[in-house]
Parts: sequence; C-alpha cells; structure tokens
Amino acid sequence: MSFVKELSKGIIKENPIFVIVLGMCPTLAVTSSVQNGIGMGLAATFVLICSNIIISLIKNITPEKIRIPIYITVIAAFVSIVDMAMAAYVPGLHKSLGLFIPLIVVNCIILGRAEAFASKNNMLASLADGIGMGLGFTLSLVVVAAIREILGAGTFAGIAVMPKTYEPMLVAILAPGAFITLGFLMALMNMMKEKK
Amino acid sequence: MGYIGELFVMAMTAIFIQNFVLSRFLGLCPYLGVSKKLDSAFGMGMAVIFVMTLASAFTFLIYKYLLIPYNMIYLQTIAFILTIAALVQFVEMVIQKNAPALYKSLGVYLPLITTNCAVLGVAILNTKAIRTDGITAYNFLDAVLNGFFSGVGFTFVLLAMAGIRERLEFVDMPKSMRGMPIGLILAGIMALAFYGFMGFKI
Repeated sequence: MSFVKELSKGIIKENPIFVIVLGMCPTLAVTSSVQNGIGMGLAATFVLICSNIIISLIKNITPEKIRIPIYITVIAAFVSIVDMAMAAYVPGLHKSLGLFIPLIVVNCIILGRAEAFASKNNMLASLADGIGMGLGFTLSLVVVAAIREILGAGTFAGIAVMPKTYEPMLVAILAPGAFITLGFLMALMNMMKEKK
Repeated sequence: MGYIGELFVMAMTAIFIQNFVLSRFLGLCPYLGVSKKLDSAFGMGMAVIFVMTLASAFTFLIYKYLLIPYNMIYLQTIAFILTIAALVQFVEMVIQKNAPALYKSLGVYLPLITTNCAVLGVAILNTKAIRTDGITAYNFLDAVLNGFFSGVGFTFVLLAMAGIRERLEFVDMPKSMRGMPIGLILAGIMALAFYGFMGFKI
C-alpha cells in the first residue's frame, strides 16, 4: 500500500517540475522534441532510482557533516555510467542532449530527493520514490515537449500530426518558446488548484 | 585581429549572443529563485562571477594536467563536480575568516552555487571550446576569461530580471499567474529580445 503511495505521489501531487519546481534547466533545454524529452527523462529516472537506493542503504554509515559531497559523488558515478552507456548505444540522442547529460549531476531533483527522502527512508520506499519522481519528471518533459514540437514543427515524436497547410511557429522550439510554454502550463496548474 | 579583439568577441558572445541563461538554459534555478529583490540578485551575481572564474581556472588545470595525461577523461564529471564543491566550501571559509563584511553579503548564496549548473556547465564547455581561428583549443587564460564573462552575462540578465520583478509586485494580474508563471513568461520575452543579438556579426 505505502509502496504504491510513494510511487504515485511523484506523478501528480508532488510533481517535481510543476509543483516542487526543481530541475528547470533540462526541462527547458531538451524539450524541443518529444524524443529528446523522453531520452532525458529516462536518463534522469535511472540516475534517480540508483542514487536513491544506494543513499538509503548507506544512510546509517554516512557522517552527517559531509553527507552532501557523498551524495554528489554517488550521483556523479551513476551519471558517468549513463553518459558512457548513451554514447555507446544511442549516439544520436547523446549528441542532441549534449551538455545536459553530465549536467544531470547538478539537477536539483536528484540531490533534492536524496536529501529529503532517501536519507530518511528505507530502501524499498526510496526505490518507489525514485520511480515515481522519475516518471513524474519524464511525463512533464513529454507534455512540455509535445506542446513545443506540435506548435513549432507540426510533428509529434517525428510524425506529422498537423494538416499540411499548418505554418510551423518556429519560435516555439527556440529558447523563448520554452520559457513561455512552461510559464503558461504552470499558470494552468495554479488555476486548476484554485478551482478545487 | 589581435588578442584584444578576440577577447572582445568572447565577451560579447558570452554576455549577449549565447547568454548562459537565455540561450543556453544554464543556471535557471537561481535565475528564477533569487530574482525577487535587486539586492539579493546583486549578491548572487557577484558570488557567481567569483566562483565561475575560479572554477574555470581549477577545472581547466585539472583537465589538462591530470585527466588528459593519465587518460582519465571518463572521470571528468566526478572530478569537476568535486572540484567545484570543494572550491565553494573553501572560498566560503576564506571569506568568512578574512572578509566578514563580504561574507555577510555573499555568504548565503555560496552554498547554493555548488548546484548551479552554470558553473559545471562553463567548466565542461571550456574543455570543448574552440578559439575564433576554428582550430586551437582554449588555453588557460581563455578558459578563465570565458568563465568570468559568462558570469557577467548571468549577472546581467539576473539584475534585469530582478528590476522588472520588483515592479511587477504592484501590478494587478490574475492570481494564477503570480510568481513563477509570470517570471517564466518574462524570461521568454527577454530571450526573444536577446535573439536580436544573434543577427550581429562581429
């Protein structure tokens, strides 16, 4: 029961992007297409799950004062694994995500969950939290990316969805479109919360 | 074009054309989080310039004289983030001891900078950056100055944003738009304005 609860809270109720507002940089930078969004989301989810498990396992032997450097080292190790694995197996995606793969290290979601959740809970709960938060993050990336890709290129994950007469709104896949799309999505979330 | 000319191009690129926040999407958390008041934005900006310059210097030396000779480039991410974390901690202690007044104005922002992706970002970009002739990689001075100018670019847009947001406090707008949403839309409009700089050829 509690496993399911920890798992589902990350998706809507404590969604890392729209509700806790963490991890803005990759959210805005890689969401110019749905494929990039999914790739980034899964890479971050993998790191989040692994680091949550390790950190919850070592929580009793971690000295309080140097816990942050320890967490960062654990996270950086998994990020390096993801970086190398992606360069080997999906070089195209690795290239288009570029700088933002090593930058998963400083993604506040991962360090934030390590500090706020994994360091206080057992392994199973941390695993569920990692999966839930990771899926919530991926889902938000896909939503933002879908809006930007459909408006800016008329496609969804590379497949044309808009009628041929549609003139792509190029600004949506450029930097300004990222900010404005996310701004309106957050306003929408706020509005729905007020109505409740 | 002499070295001074090259530096000018580097400064203009880092501050306006490829601004860290608005075109590279780096350092967004402090950009959105610490831009509510002009004073705190200024403090954060100064701390970022300081740490980015130092971090560029240290990570460049580590990359060139430790990681490359010993064939350990795959450790780049871990090495850089640990360097930055240690550096921030060290800077914090030094300032606290020797310049209490400075510590009072910068101190609270320093720990936040470890997880500012602009700092790690500039360190990684420096290892890949190519000078204007298109062949040679950055040397030590280039890397340090690039770190400095990128920090200036970050501070520039942070201050602009804080100036606008201070005035926005008194504007009548829908409740759901307050805070983060309007901040993001503002950033979008600023990014649109900065796109104008891309047309410049230096």
